[in-house]
Amino acid sequence: MSATATLRKERPVEGLGFHKKPSKAKSTERAVFWLFRLGTYFILLCASVIFLTIIFKGSQTVFQSSFPFVNVEFLTEAPQTLHVFEYEGEKYELSDNNFRAFEAERGVEIKTDTYAYSGGGIWPCIVGTVLLVVGAMTIALTLGVLSAIFLSEYSKPGKILNAIRLSILNLAGVPSVVFGIFGLGFFVLAGPIFSFSPFEGYDFQFWPLPIYFGFAGWNVSLLAGCFTLAFMVLPIVISASEESLRAIPQGLREASLALGASKWTAIRTNVLPYAMPGILTSSIIGVARVAGETAPIMFTAAYAMRDQLPWEGLEKWSDFFFQGVMALPYHIYVVSAKIPQNEYTERMQYGTAFVFLVIVAGIALASILLRIRMRKKYRW
Amino acid sequence: MANDKPEPKRPLIRVSDFDFYYGEKQALFDINMDMKENEVTAFIGPSGCGKSTLLRCINRMNDLVEVARIGRGKIEVNGADIYDPRVDTIELRKRVGMVFQKSNPFPKSIYENVIYGLRIQGINKKPVLDEAVERCLKGAALWDEVKDRLDTSGLSLSGGQQQRLCIARALAVEPDILLMDEPCSALDPVATAKVEELIHSLKNDYTIVIVTHNMQQAARVSDKTAFFYLGKLIEMAKTDEIFMSPKNEQTEAYISGRFG
Repeated sequence: MSATATLRKERPVEGLGFHKKPSKAKSTERAVFWLFRLGTYFILLCASVIFLTIIFKGSQTVFQSSFPFVNVEFLTEAPQTLHVFEYEGEKYELSDNNFRAFEAERGVEIKTDTYAYSGGGIWPCIVGTVLLVVGAMTIALTLGVLSAIFLSEYSKPGKILNAIRLSILNLAGVPSVVFGIFGLGFFVLAGPIFSFSPFEGYDFQFWPLPIYFGFAGWNVSLLAGCFTLAFMVLPIVISASEESLRAIPQGLREASLALGASKWTAIRTNVLPYAMPGILTSSIIGVARVAGETAPIMFTAAYAMRDQLPWEGLEKWSDFFFQGVMALPYHIYVVSAKIPQNEYTERMQYGTAFVFLVIVAGIALASILLRIRMRKKYRW
Repeated sequence: MANDKPEPKRPLIRVSDFDFYYGEKQALFDINMDMKENEVTAFIGPSGCGKSTLLRCINRMNDLVEVARIGRGKIEVNGADIYDPRVDTIELRKRVGMVFQKSNPFPKSIYENVIYGLRIQGINKKPVLDEAVERCLKGAALWDEVKDRLDTSGLSLSGGQQQRLCIARALAVEPDILLMDEPCSALDPVATAKVEELIHSLKNDYTIVIVTHNMQQAARVSDKTAFFYLGKLIEMAKTDEIFMSPKNEQTEAYISGRFG
């Protein structure tokens, strides 16, 4: 009793001391809280600066103030040399094609300042990136879902399974440039080739069939790039697929089996369809990585410059897969690091980055929409 | 239990000297029992006594458990050893249907749920399927409640309806034997009564083995009752006898509610 009385005496009467100077604990609390808050704000700030810079600078290249408001040339043409010149008192900035037309129209020859890659557009890069993403994701999803089904539905726990899981885990930690080197050695230089006619480097004929086989390599090609990128995202796809498969209630499998389904029928009819939305969702991350990585395609698929679009000038259908392509991330690298820098190249860099962001966001959006549709169809 | 068919009936399921293990742990000890055609056999006993394990052995659902293995003895269905390596489990499970403790309709329409077993056999003719849906839903006493909404999801039904849908789904495959693993444990009394009624009417066409925790239920629906304790079959007899005059002390103790 007496102790309480003493304590009371020491306390200020007014407001029982609640409003007095903050205690030490209180101020520490406040400081820590602000530290966390500032950390979060800082990330927000960085993200905004990055996005706003790209959107602000990029939209100046992609959009224009006059009709049709979109820079059509930038989205539909290949990169060209930019000609900057003065003619009859006016300043012109024309890409190579337009400049030649300009000259031909007036029947004159004009001396100009030229800037490599700073005119025209990025259409072949858009095409190349889309092809690489579609190809790589097709391969990765096929291989990934197959192996995930094996791992989670068929395999028995043991040393072999642990070894497989460990190697998948390790694969996820490999730097992307190492995948590039792997693709160069494995696909570009030594990819297996089947052919109806003998070719240099063939080793083997499927006698009596006129089919020849050898490790002659795929050269720098769409196929090599797709496989390299696919191997890079395989760990993501596999672990995502496994998780989605595991999330399907065991009851569905048992019920199918009890009705006379084989294991595969049960998986095909009552596991995979319901796991698919989850698999697609998590492979969105894979799409962004496939579209964004430069290192794996540097040695395997990307050309700095190619005049023809992938479907032009094909001798036979298989050539489609064995040609190099331009790609957005590699193009950004080329215009940012491989050519002399000036105000005109900067426009290309930010314009390309902007279109790149929009495409990745678009692919992600498409996957999300697909997932929502699938979820609606298969709800449990 | 009134039954028109003449005795004695031949055993459709015969379990002889059956030992079963989960890994190193023995779950069933030397089980010997016969289950006759068109009879309802109830398995009772406290949790973990092995009654569900034995049930899941009869259609080899335990194959899904990685560490599960049989030690000794065999189970015969219709005279054939079902653990013979030549046995096709798919065919076996078509003959021996199963209804699970937790109703597990597929996230498909009621219609597709019922005909799942037919679809996977490649039967796709609409008249055949329509007929099967009506017959099986009537067989499961569900037809009147759902006939106007066959294309709604099986998951939109109530718990009791879902369980009857699962029974209808099992009937569509035209099994000889229906295994029921505590089919009413998640149902309210009204739904339970409906399922029990259904079991009564199914008895004429199917041989039913039902695992239940509920002794009143065993008394109500079954012809024979088997009492399990700690992996052993303690006593099996006509249901009346088991409940009126059990021969074994443990059986009596369990039935009178002194343990379990």
